[in-house]
Parts: sequence; C-alpha cells; structure tokens
Amino acid sequence: MSDLTDLTIAESLSKLKTKEISPVELTQAYIKKLDDNSKYNAYVTLNADEALKAAQESEKHYNNNTNRSLEGIPLGIKDLFCTKGIKTTACSHILDNFVPQYESTVTQKLLDCGALFLGKLNMDEFAMGGSNETSYFGPVVNPWSKNTPLVAGGSSGGSAAAVAAKMCAAATATDTGGSIREPSAFCGVTGIKPTYGRCSRYGIMAFASSLDQAGPICKDVTDCALMLNAMAGYDAKDSTSSKNEVPDFSSFIGQDVKGLKIGVPTEYRPDGLNSEVAAYWDKAAQILKDCGAEIVNISLPHTKYALPTYYVIAPAEASSNLARYDGVRYGLRVSGNGLDEQYINTRTSGFGAEVKRRILIGTYVLSAGYYDAYYLKAQKVRRLVKNDFDEAFKKCDVILTPTSPVEPFAIGDKKMLENPINMYLNDIFTVSVNLAGLPAMSLPIGLSQNGLPLGMQLIGRAFDEATIFKTAYQLERGANFVRM
Amino acid sequence: MAVDNDTVRRIAFLARLKVEPEKLEDTKSEFNKILEWVEELGEVNTDNVEPLVSVNNEALSLRADEVSEGHISQEILKNAPAQEFGYFVVPKVVE
Repeated sequence: MSDLTDLTIAESLSKLKTKEISPVELTQAYIKKLDDNSKYNAYVTLNADEALKAAQESEKHYNNNTNRSLEGIPLGIKDLFCTKGIKTTACSHILDNFVPQYESTVTQKLLDCGALFLGKLNMDEFAMGGSNETSYFGPVVNPWSKNTPLVAGGSSGGSAAAVAAKMCAAATATDTGGSIREPSAFCGVTGIKPTYGRCSRYGIMAFASSLDQAGPICKDVTDCALMLNAMAGYDAKDSTSSKNEVPDFSSFIGQDVKGLKIGVPTEYRPDGLNSEVAAYWDKAAQILKDCGAEIVNISLPHTKYALPTYYVIAPAEASSNLARYDGVRYGLRVSGNGLDEQYINTRTSGFGAEVKRRILIGTYVLSAGYYDAYYLKAQKVRRLVKNDFDEAFKKCDVILTPTSPVEPFAIGDKKMLENPINMYLNDIFTVSVNLAGLPAMSLPIGLSQNGLPLGMQLIGRAFDEATIFKTAYQLERGANFVRM
Repeated sequence: MAVDNDTVRRIAFLARLKVEPEKLEDTKSEFNKILEWVEELGEVNTDNVEPLVSVNNEALSLRADEVSEGHISQEILKNAPAQEFGYFVVPKVVE
C-alpha cells in the first residue's frame, strides 16, 4: 500500500470510517514525514507527542461512533493562530517566547471537529512578505526545488510547503494580500481565501484588520471544502465576522458549470506577461469552455492602482496593530533608561527589517499633514477597485486569472531583495481581491518548463464561495495536475 | 513629497523605533522609493468618491456590557516579562 500521507482528507476519512486505517496509524505516518523538516524548514514548533495523544482519543470516537467531521485528521497550523499552550510567535523575535493562554476561534473549531495539530508552521514575520524570507526562523524551502533552493512563497510558505511535502493533511493559513494563494501556487497545492468576514479573526495576530482573512491550504479542492466547512462561521468575538449562513461547501463539488459565465480581465494580461503563465491561462479557460462554461471578457480598470493602494492601507493598519508589541505585557523586553527607551529598544531589536519598513511607512501615511494625501486617498481608490468588481460581476459569475505573474524564484534572489517594490509586484493578481473583500482560490494548473508549479486563481462574488468550488473542481479535473 | 533625514527620525520616534545613524540614508531612500510609487494614486480622479473603510456591510452587533470570562489575571500575566503582586512591572514613569 502506498504511504498514508498520499491520501487526501476525504480519502483518509472514508478509510477511517471503515476502520481500514486508524487515526493513530495515520498520525504516525505524518509524524514520520516530519523528519523532512530539516530539508524544508516548514515547521517552527512541533507538537507530535500531543498529536499522537489526540489520535488515541479520536480512535475512541471512531470505536463508539461519535466521530466528528475531521476526526483524527492531522493538520499544521500557521504560527499566526494562537494555540493554547503551544508556543505562537508569528515568526517574530518579539514573540519568540510567547505561549498563548487561549485558543483562536478557527483552531478551536477545527479541534471541535476532531482534527489534531502536528505543529506550528513557518511564515513571513507577522505575515509581511511574499517569499517567507522575512521569518525570524529563516526561509521555507519549496519542496519542488531542483538544484537551487527556491522560495515557497509567502506569507503562508510553511503551510503550502508542508501540504506539498505531505507533512500534514492540510494546513491553516491567512491571506492579507495573497498570502494563501501565492504560496499555494508556488508549491502546487490548493488554497482558498474566503470572503472577508467568513472566518473569525479572533486569536489570529492582526496584520491589517480590514484585509486579513483565514482559510485552508489543502491537497485538492474537495479538501478545501471540508476544511472551510469547519473553519467558517459567525463568532461573537470578532465584530467583523459575518452572520451570513454558511452553506455546505462540499455539496458544490462535482456540480456542473454549464452556462456559467467565466470573466477574463483584460488588465491582467499586461505586455510582457510571462508567456507560460499566459498559455496556461488560455488552457484553463479552454478546460472550462469544454465543460460548457462561457468565457466573457471583462475590465477591471483600476487594477494598476490596487498595489499602491494596498501598500498604503496595509502598512497603516499594521503600524497601528503592531503598536501593542511594547515589551510590557508579553514577548521580548529589552530594558533601557526609562519607559520610552524600553519601548524603543524592545521594538528595534524585536522586529525584522520588513516589519520595521512597513511600520515606518504606515506611521508616516497616518501622521498629521499626510493622512488625507495618502491614507484617505487610498481608501477612495479602494472603493473604485471594489466598484470595478461590482461592475464585472454584472457580466460574469466567477473570474479566472493567473495567481502569480512568476514561478517560484531562488531564495535570496538579488532582484527581489534589492528593491522591496520588486517583491511587492508579485502580488499584482491577488491584492485587489483583499481590497474588495472577495473570496478567491488558487489551484495548480501545470508545470513550467523548469518543472515548477503554476497556479490559477478563481475569484467569486462576496459570500459566493460556492461558485468557486463548483468551477475549481471542474478545472482541477481538466488540469489533471499530479501532486508531489 | 520626498522625506528628509529629520522626517525619518521623527517618524521612527513616533513608531518607537530607532534608525541607526549609518542606516539613515538607506532608510530614507527606500522610504522615498515607496512613497514615489504610491503617489501614482494621484493620477486617479477620486472627486465625490466616498472612502471605503470596511467591506463589511453588516451592522455591528451589540451585546450586554457584562463580564464573560473574568478572574483570569494569572493567565494574563503568564507571558509578562516582569510582574509583581499581580501587576505588570514597568520602569518608573512618575518622579
């Protein structure tokens, strides 16, 4: 029999239910895979012993038929989610000794469904980055790397790499400007950022509160539906979480897409777009057309301005959110002469370069005299970006675009590091979605000539993840991508 | 609106961060590159456009003003760098 870690969640659950395999066997198989962490650096904290104990509990649930929807499924958790009693650092030096005394809502929901946690996953520091290179614990290595170590994408690089390398059945992740979708594309796995408000943000360390959303990264579309079913739902502890009804996302898997209108935005095909990316985009459209969908050209005219808008709003919110790390109540403290100097010393040595860069930019755009010129202006353009989508969705039901304009690049790539804007530009196809609060999924479409995965993105109307699941499942079948 | 060294120092202090003197020039030029880039937003006509503060259209919920999870001061203090008598300890701020 092939390795148990090859199974998807759906496949594992059916074997668990018939007792063909046990939760302990499944968990042990994944724990064995954790040896590969020395190659990929996907986990920053391991929880294997506790996971095994939880698996024994799950076994009892299967034996007395009280098994829940994800009973005995071993997951990895992004280190941005507070997990009670398990060190949670946001991959920052400023929190590298922090042990939460409470559980985030999303991880609690997963525990309530019977899932167990193998450990905490690497990420860009405070989710700020697109290559996982800003982590205090060093970059994640993309499991698809050939001779040169490649980035896994970011910020949820550990989540995507761990799923690709079968070091967990699925992972939690978060997405503020593309942090679920870009690493999913880079690692050949499937991830969905749901509609803003779908999942509670309670217990997830805040980066940019009006943009942050949690979602799963999985081996395939079907598993994403199973995971999102468990993670989504209203929570009184997050005032922005939505009371909208959560449908059973699994029920849309396998539904046909006949007559569905697939929008293809002109602005996402700039001159000089990577020709392989463009070719796969055409192929994806053809697959959906062959399934009976209709392709319609749409326009999102403010696309060009989405990135600069994001790089005003996200740092502004971050500078405010990260003010709490002051060395008083938790985390690192570096003493100084008086309270102000203690704040300064703590923050200067606790935060990494990219986080400091964004705090400074954010502080500037919010400071007296500049607020209107930058922050207010960006909020106005944000409305125009959202209006573009409102108009587009009058003509189509779901939007198809590439996830990233590039394939995974080398760790330490000079062009990316010499100018932060070069790194920011990788998010060109993903940030608009966060600004508009929409749901979007990335799924693998094929390999580049270099043998590296490329991803396609499907964007839906607010609270219409259903159409994304329907479309993504058909696209997945047509693409027939072979996982690692 | 290019920033100068004094502005970088002032912003850094507002954010309670220290920019080492030898890094001041680099920080300033990086800062200006990003500002120049975001100033592309000036091209967009936003007359009569309302700022979008949140994409959430639902009204915020009200709840009763009462303690839901109380008596957890020991848990709250668990991660404190310094604590005494059930309080966080900080350097003296009042002479």
